[in-house]
Amino acid sequence: MHKRLAYGSGAGVTLDELPLGHDARIASVDWAALVPEEAQRLRALGFDEGAQVRLAYRGVFLGRDPLAIEIGRMTVALRRIHARAMHVEDLAA
Amino acid sequence: MSRGPFVAALVGNPNAGKSALFNALTGARQKIANYPGVTVERKAGRLLLPSGEPVELVDLPGSYGFAATSPDEEVTRKVIMGEQAGQVRPDVLVVVLDASNLEQHLVFAQEVLELGRPTVVALNMVDLAARDGLTIDAAALAAELGVPVIETVAVRRKGLAELATAIATARDTAARDNAPAPRVHVTLPERRLLARQMAQGATLSETARHRVHAQMDRLLLHPWAGPPILFALLFVVFQAVFSWAAPFQDALEGLATAFQNLARTELPASLLRDLLTEGIIGGVGAVIVFLPQILILFFFILVMEATGYMARAAFLMDRMMAGVGLSGRSFIPLLSSFACAIPGIMATRSITDPKDRLTTILIAPLMTCSARLPVYAVIIAAFIPNSRVLPGVGLQGLVLFALYVAGIVGAMAVALILRRSVTKGAASGFIMELPKYQLPTIKDLALGLWQRAWVFLRRAGTMIFTVTVVLWLLLNFPRAEPGQSQVDASIAGHIANGLAVVVEPIGFNRDIALALIPSMAAREVAVSSLATSYAVDSKDEEAQDIALGDQLKHHWTLATALAFLAWFVFAPQCMSTIAVTRRETNGWKWPGFMLAYLFALAYVFAGITYWTALAFGLG
Repeated sequence: MHKRLAYGSGAGVTLDELPLGHDARIASVDWAALVPEEAQRLRALGFDEGAQVRLAYRGVFLGRDPLAIEIGRMTVALRRIHARAMHVEDLAA
Repeated sequence: MSRGPFVAALVGNPNAGKSALFNALTGARQKIANYPGVTVERKAGRLLLPSGEPVELVDLPGSYGFAATSPDEEVTRKVIMGEQAGQVRPDVLVVVLDASNLEQHLVFAQEVLELGRPTVVALNMVDLAARDGLTIDAAALAAELGVPVIETVAVRRKGLAELATAIATARDTAARDNAPAPRVHVTLPERRLLARQMAQGATLSETARHRVHAQMDRLLLHPWAGPPILFALLFVVFQAVFSWAAPFQDALEGLATAFQNLARTELPASLLRDLLTEGIIGGVGAVIVFLPQILILFFFILVMEATGYMARAAFLMDRMMAGVGLSGRSFIPLLSSFACAIPGIMATRSITDPKDRLTTILIAPLMTCSARLPVYAVIIAAFIPNSRVLPGVGLQGLVLFALYVAGIVGAMAVALILRRSVTKGAASGFIMELPKYQLPTIKDLALGLWQRAWVFLRRAGTMIFTVTVVLWLLLNFPRAEPGQSQVDASIAGHIANGLAVVVEPIGFNRDIALALIPSMAAREVAVSSLATSYAVDSKDEEAQDIALGDQLKHHWTLATALAFLAWFVFAPQCMSTIAVTRRETNGWKWPGFMLAYLFALAYVFAGITYWTALAFGLG
C-alpha cells in the first residue's frame, strides 16, 4: 500500500491524507470544488474553518473510501473527494 | 379563534430521538400518510394535555436547517412556515435536542427560535448524555435560549408530562401576549459559534469522552472485520426467516385447514361452499401463512435501524455501491426493499442526487421482497431436499440465500449499466451522520412491527382476497362438460393457453402461465392461485388436501421449478410497486421502462436456468 512520507509542519495536508487517529484543525475549505448541495450539507454538519476533526476510519478492505470523521461529538461518513477539499493542520504532527 | 385540536410539531436534527419521543408521547394512536402532492411521510398522533385537551402532534422529518437539500427537509421547512398543503401551521414548535450533541443540535434550534413562534425545547436522551459523562444544566440552557427546556428520556417516559404542560403553557402565553417578535437573524457561522458557547455554558461536567461507540465502531467499521460481520449478520437473518417462522406457519396452516373442514361439514355441498373453502379460505390462508416470515424480516430491519447499525452498513457498503455509481445512502432503501419495494422506493427520498435516486428506484424491485418469500418458500420446500450442507447450514436456506444474492448481483449489474446510459450523470457523493449506538426499545419495535403487519394483513384482506375470488370465478366458469377438465374449460384456462405459448420456451407449463396472470397484482398470489388451480383440478376431496408442495412435485420438473424461481428473481410482478414508481417519478416513462426491462430480464434468466438445468439432466 502506498504510504505518504512527509507531512511537514502540517500545512498542505488535506483531510484524506491525515494519519488515522490524529486530531487536526480545518485550515481552509475549497467550497468551489464541491457540489453546492454537498457543501451545504457539510457546513450543516459543522465542517468549516476552525473545526476540530479526526480521521477515525478509512475504507473497506483495501479501498481508501469512504472515510469516517469525528467532528464534535459526531461521527460523519464522507467520501475522499470531500475530504480532499479540506486543508487541515495536523495537531499531532 | 376556535377550531379543532391545536397542533404541535416535533422538529430537530436527524438522530435527535424524535421518533422515540413521538412514540412515547402519542402511544399507538398514530396516523401515517403522505403529505399531498409529495411523497414525504406525515406522522401524526394524539397527545393529551394534563387538562385532558387533545393536541395533534406531528413528527416532522429530521432536518439540519431551513436551507433544504432534500424533499424531506423541504417539507419540514414548509410545515413550520405554514406553507405545506394538507397541514395547518403548528401552533407550538417542540425543538428536540440530543443532550449529548448540543453543539450541533443548537444550530438548527436557533434558526427555529429566530422565528419568534411559541416554542418549547425537549432536551432529549439525557440518560445517554449521562452515560457519556455529560451533565447538562437545563435551567442555564433555558435562560440562554429564552424558552422552557424540559429534560426527556422517551424510553423511561421521563419528562413527558412536563413537556405536555410546557406545550400547553407556550400556547396559552402566546395567545395572551400575542405572538413573540421574531429575533435577530444571524449567519450560520455566528449561530455555530453561539451554539458552541451555549453548549459549553450549559455543560456542568464533562468527563473524558465515553468510548463505547468508538470501541464498537473499531470492530464493526474495521476494514477487514466489518464487511464479513455484516455479511454474516445478513446470512443469519435469512436463515432465521426460514427456520424460526416454521412452527408459527404450521399453526396458521392448521388453522386455515380447520376452517375449511368446518365449512365442509357445516355447509351443504354447493358451488358457493367450494368458493368459500377453496377460493376464500384456501387463497387468503395460503398468503397469511407468510406473516411470521415477514415479521421476522422486519424485526431485523427495525433492530438494525434502531441500534444505529444501519448507517454503519451504509458506510461499509458505500465502496461497493460507488463501484456501480451509487452511494451507501442507496443501501438503506435497497435493504428496506427486501421487506417490500414500496417503502424502499419511498425511502429513496433521502437520496439528494436525482440520478442516483432514479437508479435506486429502478433497481429496488430486484431486491427480493417479502412477497416473493411465499413463492420461494413453497418451491424450495417442494423441490430442494432438506439436508445439511454444514452444521447449522441447511441446503434449503442456502438456496434461499442464493436467490437473494442473485437479485443483488442483478441489481448491481443493472445499476452499472443504467449509470452509464439512461441515468448518466456526475458521480454521486456520500455524506451521512453515523448515529450513536443505542439499545432498541421493545415498545418502538412492537409499534413498528404492528404497523408493518397491519399493512400486510390489509393487503391480504382486500387485494389478495379480491384477486383470489376473481381467479376462482375465472377458473370455475364456464362449468366443464363431463369428462373434461374444469381448468381446460374455464375462461382462465383459455387465457393461459395463449400465454403458455409465450412462456413454453422457458419451461413454464400452462398452470404457471395461469398463476402469472393474478400474480401481477401481488406476487404472493402466485402461491394461492397455484393452490386454487390444483385444488380445482383434482377430482376427489382427498387429493385437495394434499399439500401444494406435493401437487407441484407431481406436476413440475426440477428444471421448471428452478426456472420459476429465476423468473421471480426478476419479474416486476406487483402493481403497487409500479404505481408507487409512477408517483415518485412523476409520470409513466420510468415505470414503463421498469416493467419492460424487468420482464425482459425475467424471461431471459428463466430461459437460461431452464435450459442449463436440462443440460445437466435435471429435467
